[in-house]
Amino acid sequence: MSLLHFLRAMWGIVGRELWRFIQQKERFISALVRPLIWLFVFAAGFRNTLGMAIAPPYETYILYEVYITPGLIGMIQLFNGMQSSLTMVYDREMGSMRILLVSPLPRWFLLICKLIAGTAVSILQAYVFLGIAWFYEIQAPIQGYFWILPALILDGLMLGALGLLLSSFIRQLENFAGVMNFVIFPLFFMSTALYPLWKIQESSALLYKLAMYNPFSQGVELIRFALYGQFNQDAFIYTLAAFITFIIAAIIGYTPSKGMMTRKGGE
Amino acid sequence: MIRKFLLTLGLAAACTTLTAQAETVFVTLEKDNAIAVVDPIAGKLLKTVNVGQRPRGISLSVDGKLLYVATSDDNTIRIIDTTALKEVGQLPSDKDPETFALSPDGKKLYVSNEDDNLVTVIDVAAKKAVKQIKVGVEPEGVAVSPDNQWVASASETTNMVHWINTQTLEIVDNTLVDPRPRALTFSPDSQQLWVTSEIAGTLTVLDVKTRKILKTIKLTVQGVTAEKIQPVGIVIDKNRHFGYVAMGTANRVAVINAQTLAVEKYLLVGQRVWNLAFSPDQKRLYTTNGISNDISIIDADNQKVSKSVAVGRYPWGVVAKP
Repeated sequence: MSLLHFLRAMWGIVGRELWRFIQQKERFISALVRPLIWLFVFAAGFRNTLGMAIAPPYETYILYEVYITPGLIGMIQLFNGMQSSLTMVYDREMGSMRILLVSPLPRWFLLICKLIAGTAVSILQAYVFLGIAWFYEIQAPIQGYFWILPALILDGLMLGALGLLLSSFIRQLENFAGVMNFVIFPLFFMSTALYPLWKIQESSALLYKLAMYNPFSQGVELIRFALYGQFNQDAFIYTLAAFITFIIAAIIGYTPSKGMMTRKGGE
Repeated sequence: MIRKFLLTLGLAAACTTLTAQAETVFVTLEKDNAIAVVDPIAGKLLKTVNVGQRPRGISLSVDGKLLYVATSDDNTIRIIDTTALKEVGQLPSDKDPETFALSPDGKKLYVSNEDDNLVTVIDVAAKKAVKQIKVGVEPEGVAVSPDNQWVASASETTNMVHWINTQTLEIVDNTLVDPRPRALTFSPDSQQLWVTSEIAGTLTVLDVKTRKILKTIKLTVQGVTAEKIQPVGIVIDKNRHFGYVAMGTANRVAVINAQTLAVEKYLLVGQRVWNLAFSPDQKRLYTTNGISNDISIIDADNQKVSKSVAVGRYPWGVVAKP
């Protein structure tokens, strides 16, 4: 099998996912509506009109909308990661996954292709969201829009890998509601997406610890710093480590002889 | 040839950096009894120098070599060498000097004595008070027109602007403005006088020729209650394109189109923004934020706040030296 095979398969999966995303206008719009409602409605209620205290990477006073923006980009990627896991379960139920898995290419490679595809879609969404936010006077330095790309790639991969790992556990589509309650909500609310760590610390030491060690927080911080042209090394290492852990676990989960597949009667 | 070009380029870059770095910002710290020396390019506090009790008003001499600092609780204006940062003399300001204005030629200094309802005129070279002019109750803001024709003094309680002729040093006229006028400044062309009223939350623009009100602008920020909008310091750029008004506890600087006299936007800065000063090239604007103990640096070209730098307790006045 040559490299060409690999590339062709990758393009097949990534291209299909991007094409599907662009074609499905409703999905495109609904993926944007969620963070925009948070930005225009939720953030408006917590506006902090008199300014939020300065904490890195910010160098001056900001409104809450500015603070929440990287968190909402994280949310886009979180939902996207979970959505790809949902499609995996759906594909499995519908049997279309079989077509993918009978390909002679190694399974880990196919999973990674799927992951890249999901990440590419989430990056597209994130940039469109940032574009809309720009007109809402949420403007980062120009170079930040370039530096955010690698952060989006890593964060997208990490959350996508988490989605893949979860999908290896979920037997039926109905169980996805559980993912919503037990994964998305805790990850999102116990993070720095909505409130800075120092503010969480004021209310609860436990919540502070949970938020700090939440990989979603670290991903959001990586994005937040990158958007202001800064590199948050700790967040980078943490996000990278989380990605590696999740992807390895997901690959094991999808390996017929070892993972969850055997328990579920295989695919 | 290329080497020569690169060398020139390098030298030019070095020079630019040097000039840029040379700028120094001085901030009076009311509660620390000191002035903060800030490098605005690096955005760093360089040092803090003790000056005397409760320093507030601050001004730079025309040649930029001296600082005049009103140390209110010492009842004097101190003269400080900007390089050595040492006191080199004092000016007899009389009691409780808070704000003062230097004439464009640097020869005279006009001080508001809030408790005695006076404006004290000081001959800077002789270091002597030459006259005391009786004005309204609680004089606060004072400004000299760039053409050196007028001194305008605002009395907080009388709600009046007093027009003093610089030749006769007598009040020629008074204009009633909105409650509690705090600060005033002349436009660089000496055509207009801008006055802020703290209680009313307004900016009044007066025509110097007629000494009548041209326009009163009500400052409002969505989501901020009216009583928090307490405009104080004003600066107007040299081309009279934009004027900037510090809005006190609204934590905003209002950007006002100085031609149409319409508010264009509000910039979020630190808490209780009090006074403002331009950088010598007018590319930056510095604000003193009294409660958050910092200064905010505004990029005047983009009209965006780029940074806030902690300086010390109760920053009050600010000047920038090239």
